[in-house]
Amino acid sequence: MGDVLVFAEHLHGKFPKTTLVAFAAGKDAAAKFGGACHAVVVGSGVDALASEAATYGMKTVFQVDSPRLEHYLADAYTAALAEVVKAKGIETVIATATATGKDLLPRLAARLGAGFAADITEIHADGTVQRPMYAGNVFATVKLVGSPRVISVRATAFDAAAKDGAGSVEKVPVSLDDGKLTMKFVGLEEVTSDRPVLTEARIVVSGGRGLKNGENFKTVLEPLVDELGAAMGASRAAVDAGFVPNDLQVGQTGKVVAPELYIAVGLSGAIQHLAGMKDSKVIVAINKDAEAPIFQVADYGLVADLFKAVPEMKDAVHKLKS
Amino acid sequence: MKILATVKRVPDPETSIKVKPDGSGIVTDNIKWVINPFDEIAIEEALRIKEKHAGSEVVLASIGAKVVQEQLRTGLAMGADRAILVLTDDALDPLAVARVLAKIVETEKPDLIVMGKQAIDDDSNAAGQMLAELLGWPQATFASKVELAADQKSMTVTREVDGGLETVGAPLPAIVTADLRLNEPRYASLPGIMKARKKELKEIPIADLGVDVAPKAQIVKMDPPPKRQAGKKVESVEQLVELLHTEAKVI
Repeated sequence: MGDVLVFAEHLHGKFPKTTLVAFAAGKDAAAKFGGACHAVVVGSGVDALASEAATYGMKTVFQVDSPRLEHYLADAYTAALAEVVKAKGIETVIATATATGKDLLPRLAARLGAGFAADITEIHADGTVQRPMYAGNVFATVKLVGSPRVISVRATAFDAAAKDGAGSVEKVPVSLDDGKLTMKFVGLEEVTSDRPVLTEARIVVSGGRGLKNGENFKTVLEPLVDELGAAMGASRAAVDAGFVPNDLQVGQTGKVVAPELYIAVGLSGAIQHLAGMKDSKVIVAINKDAEAPIFQVADYGLVADLFKAVPEMKDAVHKLKS
Repeated sequence: MKILATVKRVPDPETSIKVKPDGSGIVTDNIKWVINPFDEIAIEEALRIKEKHAGSEVVLASIGAKVVQEQLRTGLAMGADRAILVLTDDALDPLAVARVLAKIVETEKPDLIVMGKQAIDDDSNAAGQMLAELLGWPQATFASKVELAADQKSMTVTREVDGGLETVGAPLPAIVTADLRLNEPRYASLPGIMKARKKELKEIPIADLGVDVAPKAQIVKMDPPPKRQAGKKVESVEQLVELLHTEAKVI
């Protein structure tokens, strides 16, 4: 018993890294709880994705396929998932805390009357989980009462799963009551960029209020970002000030990242920002205020005027590469 | 139309939070308490909708101890019409919060509920989604723009998702949860503060609602976060790039 079900989120016919993290968390949970790890792929025409999911060591991949499920919508996906959980006797449902995971899992938990823990960082063999609270100032050990239980996983807490086994695919029909499903997908305006995705990038360069305006993100920060082949991020203060859009926000209420190299430029390091990046392997801080809290977590700190240092760094990196 | 906005009392986001040595909770001495910042955005959105649609009413709802009156008075001073406080000294988990709110919705019958996307204390980001499910209503979380149809029967909401902006449509009644960029909340004006004192603030003991609030998610203990050691200061960009290349080997 103790079977785990991983919700395998997909986009444009692929599994993003965040889904591979969910597979890894699911396998970890199944090993600790003594059950099998299954996955569920929901969508319209998702044969190939279901087969691919099975290669990540999922025992069974439940394929829920319907034109009604072409676009993610909270009400329809909740109904579909709840049916699978009940039909297959699932004890633990896991997804990564992406925008979709955050939208879907609490609703599913309410439907199942299940205990829910958000954004967990560790799964323990005794069934408890660890999760950050108060913007990462506190790590709580949480016990979820009863079965099933629903868990969303912090995207940086597990390494992406490897393709280490081939399970089977089982198509599961679900009865979607259209009378109760009233949400409509209208459109998705994707931010297209040649840069790597923020949550998957090897290097992230983030700017804060020290950049002074949105124009400086373009003219000062972006050349360094592109020289490094990095993704660009920002502090909440910079988003609040309207310098950059919210999808660049790194922090407790934005995106959580853990790249190999995180370069924080002109940002003080408010606790809620640190919560979103302090698991990065190497942290660099560039700030003219030597007292800025960001220096307390930085492996390398440079006290300098960013308007001078950032272009210099871009040139130095360029020279190194050539 | 009637709009319900929910309010949670939380420590000011600028407050430094410390865990009690026995791990039973956080140190609450000298904490300044405020309305959860995302709830402030929710209240502001409710007020803007009211201002656009004549004859609307904004009702605030909160759950907590008697002191939560302070935050509800602030919300009333911003312009909400009346407030409901469900009294309890216990910390409820998100599902219990949603169950209590569902009970309030039964009697209030709002057309729209606006909530913050998450409370900055427990950071669960769950109560809105759970409430939507309990009520069988559509949900639009992480909203950056809310448009109501002229007949006030449906809404179109722009949501902040991972890859950009998603737009969803749904009939009312519905639940919206507010993200950072939905609006900039107003400050309470002095006349607003004076008026707020006379507005209705109804208190309901939680036991009167007959709702199961036993936590499904129990906090066993709290720990401070693992510390990250500060590294070294470098003198120049040249030295920085050199160390990143030869020592850290990341570029």
